[in-house]
Amino acid sequence: MTSVIMFAMNCPKTTQLSPPGRTPTRMRLLVSLAVVSTVLSGTAAFAADTPAVAIKNHAFSPETLVLPAGKRIKLTIANADKTAEEFDSTDLHVEKMIAGGQTATVFIGPLEPGTYNFVGELHKATAYGTIVAK
Amino acid sequence: MIAALVVVFRESLEASLIVSIVMAASRGIEGRGRAIGFGLMAGLAGAALLAAFAGKISSMAGGMGNEYLKATALILAVIMIGWHHVWMGKHGSELTGQTRAVGKEVQEGVKPLSALAMICAIAVLREGSETVLFLYGIAAEGTAGGMLEGGLLGGAAATFLGILLYFGLLRIPMKHVFKITGLLLVLIAAGLSAQAASLLVQAGLLPSIGYDIWNTSKILPQDSALGLLLHVLVGYDDRPMGIQVVVYVATLAFILTPSFWVGGRQEDRTARSG
Repeated sequence: MTSVIMFAMNCPKTTQLSPPGRTPTRMRLLVSLAVVSTVLSGTAAFAADTPAVAIKNHAFSPETLVLPAGKRIKLTIANADKTAEEFDSTDLHVEKMIAGGQTATVFIGPLEPGTYNFVGELHKATAYGTIVAK
Repeated sequence: MIAALVVVFRESLEASLIVSIVMAASRGIEGRGRAIGFGLMAGLAGAALLAAFAGKISSMAGGMGNEYLKATALILAVIMIGWHHVWMGKHGSELTGQTRAVGKEVQEGVKPLSALAMICAIAVLREGSETVLFLYGIAAEGTAGGMLEGGLLGGAAATFLGILLYFGLLRIPMKHVFKITGLLLVLIAAGLSAQAASLLVQAGLLPSIGYDIWNTSKILPQDSALGLLLHVLVGYDDRPMGIQVVVYVATLAFILTPSFWVGGRQEDRTARSG
């Protein structure tokens, strides 16, 4: 985030937008800073426990996870296959490419009680699972 | 083969459409072909680099390197589109020939070319690295034959749609074309911001503020042809998170407000001199 703001400040072209004196650039910068800091300060507290799933032979194990509702959750996905897999869930609003042999982390929730499906986008026929929030 | 075709088509459609809109939006600007071509090559090279270092990048920043990198690229693209929008507000009429005198900035080459090149580079870079990873994965599995062809076909189909859109935009009279491409770019920017927000939620940096603000996945699924097209062009989401809606609206306001000021001033000046 900081690098983006620094970029906007240093970019010589942005300063050419309008003549000095009545430039809206600085004001826009302030507004963007304000927006960023407001949004950041609103970040929810995260749950400490880290549930995990593994991918092997293009399938998830376990295929069903029971997780607490109403909490931000850090979910770890370990891809034991040689090939890449994309952990994908429209229910959980997550889409994460995991290279072969790598482990990835995503943040999900806070979840309403219910079931949430996920798939391995690149091997949908065999790689799928469900999260049950209670 | 069909699976690879669909995956590559979906990943490359966004880049293809954005590049064609940028091409149409830069009509009449000298050297735009070279700049955009350079942007495309830089994007492809970047995508290959990203794919090569995918493991390292995704393990950076506590496993969120990929999300941060992509979100930063998206926000950069949004800033570039914003700058282009303001520039066009000032100089658009000079390019369409509505103003007789070509402005000093247009003549001297202070153009949004680098911004346009960057927008294209980011559009290619973003999904490009995943496409490379995907194709590499196929090749590693040893089933490359038909899948690779499918991938190439998918890329070609997306490129074809982009070319169609470009020639469609070319048919719009010069007087209106920049208004339309400008509006499209601003809507695309808002959509890109929303995607950046989604990545930062996934990375744990932003709160989601509610998962499904609305759910139109039954009426107009985002993975249908029309849904995908609308997703790319106006940032349509069939199940947006609260933060995405907030960021979408904020980006629209952010880009449109300063250019309204500049546009208004420009009109004042013309009225006074005429």
